[in-house]
Amino acid sequence: MTVLVYLDHEGGAIRQASRSAIAAASKLGDVDVLVTGPDAAAAAKSAAAIPGVKKVVQVTDTTGNSELAEPVASLLADLAAGYTHILAASSATAKNILPRTAALLDVQPIPDIVAINDADTFVRPIYAGSALATVKSADAKKIITVRASSFEPVASEGGNATIEEVALPAGPGGSTFIATELSKSERPELESARVVVSGGNGMLNEENFKLLEPLADRLGAAIGASRAAVDKGFVSNEYQVGQTGKIVAPELYIAMGISGQIQHLAGMKDSKVIVAVNKDPEAPIFQVADYGIVGDLFTILPQLEAELDKAG
Amino acid sequence: MSETPRETMEFDVVIVGGGPSGLAAAIRLRQVAPDASVCLIEKGSEIGAHILSGAVIEPRALEELLPHWREEGAPLNTPVTEEQMLYLTQKGSLEIPFLDRVMPHMNNHGNHIVSLGDFCRWLASRAEELGVEIYPGFAGAEVLVDDSGRVTGVATGDMGIGRDGQPGDNYAPGMELRAKYTLFAEGCRGSLTKQVTAMYNLRKGVDPQTYGLGIKELWEIPKEMHRPGLVQHSFGWPLDDRTYGGAWMYHFGDNLVSYGFVTGLDYPNTWLSPFDEMQRVKLHPAFRPYFEGGRRIAYGARALSEGGIQSIPRLTFPGGALIGDTAGFLNVPKIKGTHTAMKSGMLAAEAVAEALATDRVEPGSYTRRIRDSWLWTELRSVRNIRPAFAKFGMKGGALYSGMDAMLLRGRAPWTLHTRHSDNEVLEPASISEKISYPKPDGKITFDRLSSVFLSNTNHEEDQPVHLKVRNMSLWKTVNWDVFRAPESRYCPAAVYEVADEATDPHLQINAQNCVHCKTCDIKDPAQNIDWVTPEGAGGPNYPGGM
Amino acid sequence: MKVLVPVKRVIDYNIKPRVKADGSGVETAGVKMSMNPFDEIAVEEAVRLKEKGVVSEIIAVSIGEAKAQDTLRTAMAMGADRSILVETDVVTEPLSVAKVLKALVEKEKPDLIILGKQAIDDDMNATGQMLAGLLGRPQATFASKVEVADGAVTVMREIDGGSQTVKLALPAIITADLRLNEPRYASLPNIMKARKKPMEKITPADLGVDMTPRLSVVSVAEPPERKAGIKLDSAAELVSRLRNEAKVI
Repeated sequence: MTVLVYLDHEGGAIRQASRSAIAAASKLGDVDVLVTGPDAAAAAKSAAAIPGVKKVVQVTDTTGNSELAEPVASLLADLAAGYTHILAASSATAKNILPRTAALLDVQPIPDIVAINDADTFVRPIYAGSALATVKSADAKKIITVRASSFEPVASEGGNATIEEVALPAGPGGSTFIATELSKSERPELESARVVVSGGNGMLNEENFKLLEPLADRLGAAIGASRAAVDKGFVSNEYQVGQTGKIVAPELYIAMGISGQIQHLAGMKDSKVIVAVNKDPEAPIFQVADYGIVGDLFTILPQLEAELDKAG
Repeated sequence: MSETPRETMEFDVVIVGGGPSGLAAAIRLRQVAPDASVCLIEKGSEIGAHILSGAVIEPRALEELLPHWREEGAPLNTPVTEEQMLYLTQKGSLEIPFLDRVMPHMNNHGNHIVSLGDFCRWLASRAEELGVEIYPGFAGAEVLVDDSGRVTGVATGDMGIGRDGQPGDNYAPGMELRAKYTLFAEGCRGSLTKQVTAMYNLRKGVDPQTYGLGIKELWEIPKEMHRPGLVQHSFGWPLDDRTYGGAWMYHFGDNLVSYGFVTGLDYPNTWLSPFDEMQRVKLHPAFRPYFEGGRRIAYGARALSEGGIQSIPRLTFPGGALIGDTAGFLNVPKIKGTHTAMKSGMLAAEAVAEALATDRVEPGSYTRRIRDSWLWTELRSVRNIRPAFAKFGMKGGALYSGMDAMLLRGRAPWTLHTRHSDNEVLEPASISEKISYPKPDGKITFDRLSSVFLSNTNHEEDQPVHLKVRNMSLWKTVNWDVFRAPESRYCPAAVYEVADEATDPHLQINAQNCVHCKTCDIKDPAQNIDWVTPEGAGGPNYPGGM
Repeated sequence: MKVLVPVKRVIDYNIKPRVKADGSGVETAGVKMSMNPFDEIAVEEAVRLKEKGVVSEIIAVSIGEAKAQDTLRTAMAMGADRSILVETDVVTEPLSVAKVLKALVEKEKPDLIILGKQAIDDDMNATGQMLAGLLGRPQATFASKVEVADGAVTVMREIDGGSQTVKLALPAIITADLRLNEPRYASLPNIMKARKKPMEKITPADLGVDMTPRLSVVSVAEPPERKAGIKLDSAAELVSRLRNEAKVI
């Protein structure tokens, strides 16, 4: 079996999530990868160095259309003949393209898998992670996106794959790329941030809540809050993480002075790593935290900043 | 509130509330007056969303309303097969023998264990088939009265009013539902009923209403422990002799168990927490084995009226009537109110049909119909039992009720009365004995917030607080200084919280958690808390099985 | 100009789904169902386009069991003019739904199809893209802004780390993301009026679509519970663990 992985990259640098997708693909068979976009040549070089990749398919495009889903989906459908599975890391780009490819191939896609049981059977979250479904596909080809956090990424160096160039097909037309605008906001969006620093009742007041900002700056983190902090007016409710607020699942979630009521946990329990700082050793947040510090957060906060500066 | 003119719709009859009484009334109306237009509104997001009961139901009223209920698939699937009344001591329990003789009203032969929410969903589908227009997600917020003093319908609440009281972007004004007759079927302590009662002085000359708070959990338990049809009730431990209440446990459906605890809201000890009583009784050896290895599925709470016929107000007024538990038709010793609620709705429907035909202002024959029915005979025969518990204490009350049943057969020549409202009997913190409750173990017993989580309660966040404290300074001088914030204990949903207890105690109201049980409206010592309807569709979303 | 808006009936977003004890799926009996929130946003966008005078007719479609008519009534209460229920008891998945929609598009010939980006039950995020693929029409997923002018639609769409703008020739497919708009309430007067709006009922067989699912559910389980980790003594140890052990910073 040979598997094709669509790789996401940023200016030629392969995203770590895509290396997780390669790790997942390796469980299914030999791995070829596809790179597109304006910096495809640079990306192809990086991809060729990833151990386990046999062949890199580099899409040459001069029209700018490689930013669009339509031609890329058509290309993937054309290439599908040689593969049993087509994979990509779950991302806005992959989710834009892969289902369209699946339709062209008359296949039902399998999004966001977190485990591979066999070549046909996969585990994926449903109901925003409230349940895990094990599904078996009856399709001859599988089109899959992969939850990166569930697969340990392969290394970025050490491989030596061949590079093959293909041209981007015209696609069905009708779609024109106008512009891409990357958000300039210094803080990432709460729901898509890689790191979230949240404050709760323990922050005591609006003034103190701002003390989280220097920590968030150092980690490139978004700032969140528990309902108690929102109800008491420390921050506005767009910051609220929880059952009635935003549901987040960052790689790192730092809960400062949050006791961890179930309503809050419902909004962040899928985070990969949870850190809790609270002066109450009995706080329920410690039951879900991977790392906890019992103590006064106003003492610990500056120490954390200092430690991050030191080694960073 | 709204400057924008409200839209209006005319009906023959508007029914406020989609519980057993409102739905039975709607069905009966279309049966006896097929041309009458009937509109029913329900504040829950769907029919059943706010329905909470044990429930063992007696099919008597259903039999009269929809004789083909079996063929039509009414969800009465677990007949009662076995029942026990347990007197609990801290470690042991005693089963009351010859239950059918000592407590004949407890005889559940022919009754069924049901999810009352599912039953209401089924009733609603029957009502819709009969042409009733049902609109869940809309709360009756205002009683409409014309110049002659006749109730002419209700208005639903505005949607999209912000926390600050100002209309937001998605503001939608309420709607006037005008009707020749309006039936209030709001359940125990209805907020519009409260207005109508004051408007027409409906409680003149009757005993104060007295209430209980029922807190319920739905469990799924291991198959080997499940005994479908088993009905258990308890009294005694952990309540003291001055406090009325006890637990129930019903096995039904697919390995489901309905467990709950009712506390009489005439309890005197301000430190008492009905929620924690409910939790700790699960640890008693009589109940604990059933919970081991099970999982809790749902949680909720609701007040119920316990006053009996002595406390039933005048039932009609110009343009409408009170039906179901908002009037107080619960049979307390039987612990059943569904059949009486339905019957009252049916009788009101018949009275309204008659009034419609004869163009009368008040559906006055409703009261006579009630007095001539089995409903009245039934409630009259048990009228002294609950007051006896209030008068003689838990043990004395039990003794009295056995005597009443065996010797007097409910025909005592005297009537015991309820003298005080539940809010008047609370004793100050300084003379109340503190109660120490066990910490939740997270397996069988739980805390309030994780419980509320299982009620699927939600309210749009950006809206005015629907629990109106009339006078905050009164909270400090009465609730805090004298009673040490009883609301933080009786509220089963952690709505009331005392902030900055040590330095500057003040009341924080987490209105979003409210499960609409109405206990605060009842028990607040100074009657300083007014429960009003929040934006429609807010509140709990009890799932099927509740 | 005509718009088609597919809507799905799902477990209400306020309800915590419960996995059935036998692992066969998630309990839906007696559970409150509502319109998928992203579909509400799609309906709202269509209604706003109609209020701007760009759109003349909005057709809501739902594919599922008979009770999906409640969802269609909600769509009509929000402003859809009429609706089509494609009734089936078979579990729907994006591929079969896209095929049904393709058949309806060929019949109704809408200029724009606006869908929610994903349903909150199966979290597939695929139907819009698949419909566009089957029709060979342009697509703009995850829309946060939609403008229609001169036979084309310009869509700002959410991508990782920012936004992208594309222009599509009509007819086109758009999927709605969270920030596109804030849907209105279905007001009581409008719910009453919606009872009188037309609803057509057909079956997938009428459209010649085979609904047989390609994915079969082997089992459904609750996610493993998180376990308590370790308590640390200092900020220094925490930073070192995050760096070297968890590798998240």
